[in-house]
Amino acid sequence: MSGGRASRGRWMWGVVAVFAFLHWDFWLWDDKTLWFGFLPAGLGYHALYSLCAGGLWLLFIRVAWPAHVEEWASEREAPR
Amino acid sequence: MNVQVPAQAAALAPTISHLPLYVIGAYLLVLIGLGLASMRSFRGTSKDYFTASHSVGPVLLLLSVFGTTMTAFAMVGSTGKSFEQGIGVYTLMASSSGIVHSLVFFLVGIKLWAIGKRHGFVTQVQFFRDRFESGALGTLLFPILVLLVIPYVVTGFIGAGTFVQGATRGMFPVAFATSVPATNGAIPPWLTVLIVCFVVLFYIFQGGVRGAVWANAFQTILFLIAGVAALWMIARSLGGLDAASAAVLAKRPELLARQGKIGHGEFLSYMLVPLSVGMFPHLFQNWLTAKSAKSFRVVLIFHPIFILVVWMPCVLIGVWAAGQGLQAASPNAVLGMMMTKYVSDPIVRGLVQAGTIAAIMSMDSQIMALGTMFTEDVVVPLAGKGKLSDRAQVMWSRVFILAIMALAFWLALYPPPNVFDLGVWCFSGFAGLFPLVVAAIYWKRVTTAGAFASVLAMLIVWSVLFYRGLIQPALEGKKPEEPLVLGLMPVAWVVLAAGVALVGVSLATRPPSEATLKKYFA
Repeated sequence: MSGGRASRGRWMWGVVAVFAFLHWDFWLWDDKTLWFGFLPAGLGYHALYSLCAGGLWLLFIRVAWPAHVEEWASEREAPR
Repeated sequence: MNVQVPAQAAALAPTISHLPLYVIGAYLLVLIGLGLASMRSFRGTSKDYFTASHSVGPVLLLLSVFGTTMTAFAMVGSTGKSFEQGIGVYTLMASSSGIVHSLVFFLVGIKLWAIGKRHGFVTQVQFFRDRFESGALGTLLFPILVLLVIPYVVTGFIGAGTFVQGATRGMFPVAFATSVPATNGAIPPWLTVLIVCFVVLFYIFQGGVRGAVWANAFQTILFLIAGVAALWMIARSLGGLDAASAAVLAKRPELLARQGKIGHGEFLSYMLVPLSVGMFPHLFQNWLTAKSAKSFRVVLIFHPIFILVVWMPCVLIGVWAAGQGLQAASPNAVLGMMMTKYVSDPIVRGLVQAGTIAAIMSMDSQIMALGTMFTEDVVVPLAGKGKLSDRAQVMWSRVFILAIMALAFWLALYPPPNVFDLGVWCFSGFAGLFPLVVAAIYWKRVTTAGAFASVLAMLIVWSVLFYRGLIQPALEGKKPEEPLVLGLMPVAWVVLAAGVALVGVSLATRPPSEATLKKYFA
């Protein structure tokens, strides 16, 4: 991995850690509000969280994709 | 399971359209067709039967990996659990899986794909035997992995049986009459399971892992559509999304929040449960089918979003069922009953039900993985490498699959009250093996003794907690409660014990040979 890519990769792990922490929505624990009239607040927050998770991995792939792993695998493919 | 026909019950049963059953029958025929088509692509080698010759592209990989991780647990289990526990079920398993699954695919899946491709491994046991220079470690791991997968397959059977039972209530008032209103005139679970077994066996026997991948892809498309369609149709029958949720707010408001239902320690420790995907034998096999590492990119991005599309409708339907005061024989039957009751068009109902059965039937990959493991980890080492022909290897795989299906069928006749809880126990066991696989890939200092210590620690802690949490209450005739230990889920203690044993014993023992390290850490 190049130096720049490795550095970006470390940053991205920090972003993943912060995102993982945001999973704990303690402030919505007893919130029975219905968003848009039907979606319980806790469920709505976590639905949004699932969507953002997809976005996070898109960013991760763009910034810190481990291209060297594929190169290593292709160096010597085992016959069977 | 024969039941005498109570004439009164038969006479009182309402006439219900059989059209949904025909739609489900058509779905099963498509699966058989896919089995036949995958047979035409079969290249006749064991490598092709077990890994589809590393030919699967990104979209097919996404659909098959997703299909194989979403089984009865996701559809039937989540609906039943949210019927009892409320919306917190989504926050416990679905959104955490969205980030943790993709993280594991990234950290473990891509690396294992590369290792498998470079060194020709087909099963996890082969990898661990080689990585730790120990045949005995593989011998210890094999039965553990098999024993953890079997209940997972059983949950699929139970899910299918109870779902169809709930969905066909009243359809056959004479043939399947019972004295229980919730099951009167419904197709009994044993018959559904028998049909499911036959169809799954057909397509995996014909095409091997390719057959399973194709079937899973088709099933994933179907159940993604089915979940959304079911939500829409049920909401419409309940007077709209707002009215459906308002009924819950009026009658069962506690189900719309987590206060008093889920503790913070339980919530946080639940996040360790999805680590299990790192050690699922069927996912290992699915990863190996990938054409390239780039195939994983689509999986990483869309897996969390697909989880949302499947779980959100199920959780909402579960709490709406509670809001309507649904009386279900078992939480496992809630989804089927809601569809029967609130999806009025029989053809649409059939499509939605076929989609749900599609999710349940995606345990085919687990079954396929068990057959592969038996052949590669037991039969081939016993016979001697290179001694068995490709045809003999495929034959042994099929024999073991048949035996496992028979065992799972028998176990499914004695279902636990809730498939969700059984699923979580299986996942907790697999999660306990996660420190081992991470160390094997990333930590040069991990030793064979450390690996043994980790597996044994996981086994002991998991077994004790499993007995305390599920077996003991069952023996005493009590309903199992959430099996927390000091406020945390058992998975936390299992992973902690396995991790501490792995690190502690590894640091105190001799590291592996230079040759092995060079092989894996170039």
